[in-house]
Amino acid sequence: MSSASVTNRLRSSQLRRQRELVTPEGLSLPLTIASRGARVGALLLDLIIIALSVVALVLLLLAFGTNMATIGSGEVGGAVEFLVVILIMLTFLARYGYFLFFELGPRGATPGKRIMGIRVAARDGGRLTAEAVIARNLLRDVEVFLPATYLLSGEAEQGVMGVAAFVWLMCFVLFPVFNKDRLRAGDLVAGTWVVEASRVKLAEAMSTAPDRSRDFRFGEEELSVYGEHELQVLEGVLRQDNSEAMHEVMLAICNKIGWEAGAGHEREFLEAFYAALRAHLERNMRFGKRKADKFS
Amino acid sequence: MALNLFRKKVAEAAADIEAASLRSDQFRLEREGDWQRLETIVEALEKGRLGRIADDDLLELPVLYRKAASSLSVARETSLDAATLAYLESLVRRAWFQVYGPRSSLFAWARRFLGGGWSASVREIWLDICIALFAMISGTVVGYLLVASDRGWYYSLVSGGMAGGRQPGASREELAETLASTENADGLGMFAAYLFSNNSAVCIMAFALGFCFGIPTLLLLVYNMALLGAMLWLFADAGLTWEFAAWLSVHGTTELGAILLSGAAGMHIGRSMAFPGRRSVLSAAAASGRRAAQVMAGCVLMLVVAGLLEGYARQLLPGAGPRAIVGGLFLAGWVFYFLLMPRPRDHGTEDAP
Repeated sequence: MSSASVTNRLRSSQLRRQRELVTPEGLSLPLTIASRGARVGALLLDLIIIALSVVALVLLLLAFGTNMATIGSGEVGGAVEFLVVILIMLTFLARYGYFLFFELGPRGATPGKRIMGIRVAARDGGRLTAEAVIARNLLRDVEVFLPATYLLSGEAEQGVMGVAAFVWLMCFVLFPVFNKDRLRAGDLVAGTWVVEASRVKLAEAMSTAPDRSRDFRFGEEELSVYGEHELQVLEGVLRQDNSEAMHEVMLAICNKIGWEAGAGHEREFLEAFYAALRAHLERNMRFGKRKADKFS
Repeated sequence: MALNLFRKKVAEAAADIEAASLRSDQFRLEREGDWQRLETIVEALEKGRLGRIADDDLLELPVLYRKAASSLSVARETSLDAATLAYLESLVRRAWFQVYGPRSSLFAWARRFLGGGWSASVREIWLDICIALFAMISGTVVGYLLVASDRGWYYSLVSGGMAGGRQPGASREELAETLASTENADGLGMFAAYLFSNNSAVCIMAFALGFCFGIPTLLLLVYNMALLGAMLWLFADAGLTWEFAAWLSVHGTTELGAILLSGAAGMHIGRSMAFPGRRSVLSAAAASGRRAAQVMAGCVLMLVVAGLLEGYARQLLPGAGPRAIVGGLFLAGWVFYFLLMPRPRDHGTEDAP
């Protein structure tokens, strides 16, 4: 029971995140706004990647530096200074350039976002411009780096001012919680949003299985019991190809349409029923009659 | 290789069409060759391997995209195959991202940006620049007057580390010493890099805080300039006004310009959100945000120049005269660039509010 309620909650959260985006050609594309969890996860992954690469870089430069020191010529001062310059510039780039570089790429996503299966897109359905990516990432400074340094620096306990600063910073951090599109301040200013970028493989066509309409004949009445939702559930069961599940589903269907369920041949029965039911529903669909589920 | 593989698939699919008993599956099998062709192209584009795509494929990308899009709208009305619908939706979305993705490479963007996009955006936010300039000037005046009325203010405005030897009561010689040039360039590169990264962080902060209707940005500008005003009083008191101004102007004209622009960019966002006019707050914020971002990218560039000037030129140039000349030249250069550089021709369509 609890698993059913969990799936229900998941489904309703998915529904709430559904958006229609109208492309310049006038085609409406369904988009799913990325969940807050996915975005926080992506951010943490990115920060870990940045931190690790900066640490690796410092170690590398240190190794270089000590090598140069052991050579021990008069040039040491200049060389070490050069390394420090590189270090400062690279830390700057890590803070501001990392997000810019990756979000301007063809995937519109940083490595963290890619792992979480999300990407940046323009909210108006147009092109994602370089300016938009710059704007959304400059505001990241106030939203992520400022609160982080503030909390880590230990200046957090200073009476009324401290509380005020904390509240003020939390306004930015919690901004995505208080709007339905999960926009953070940077998204709002840049006119972007973060959406799911799932990649779906094309599954096998269902009705290429051998035709069994002569072995199993279903009448009009038997087919009008179920609707589109049940058809899709059945499709999922067939694609998973789990013999136990198929047996149970067959029993349920036979029970519903008043057939005597036999043992064996579950898959054959379900394939035939799926094909017949889909043909029936699609025929009705062409005449403008749709049946969402068994209750309608 | 990939192309051959893919041709084979088409041939297989063609043989299967008759086997499918459902009309909607026949529809799908007839078209899935095109869909898979689009998918291979999109995949190569996503991986940034443009070289792997045949010219024919690239030319046909818009056609394939439209075909897939129309397949999707037909399938939504005639097919109940959830897996195919999900695949088509994901495919069309991915293709759409590629067709409408960030197309300009970083290099092409930089060329257009320097060739007028930046100066045009700067001219567009002239009102905000005036407001920010006013805040900065009044900040300086306030700082000057505060310290002139009570020296105690100096210590609360200028923190110890920044003051160095510059304190009220220091002799004229001590103050002049802090303005002197050094003989060699040792350590200056480090100094310049540090200054750049520090100043950029301040500028970006000034910009990002504009989000809250611009008020924090104004406070930040006033506070930072009050600090300058306090120092100005200190040197003026010792009769070193000209020397201090020249010393500051070498990099100051560029650096203060960058701070002015970033503050103005922040103000621009804040102002358009407070007074969006006929547009919704969201679209007003988005339009001004993109314009301001362009200004900000330029600010970072100005700060690189300012860091180099501050680190090298100021420390190596002797005397007030040459310093003032370098500072003045840079100021004139920036002003002329912003005022006279025409906007690139294709710029208007993208940024129009």
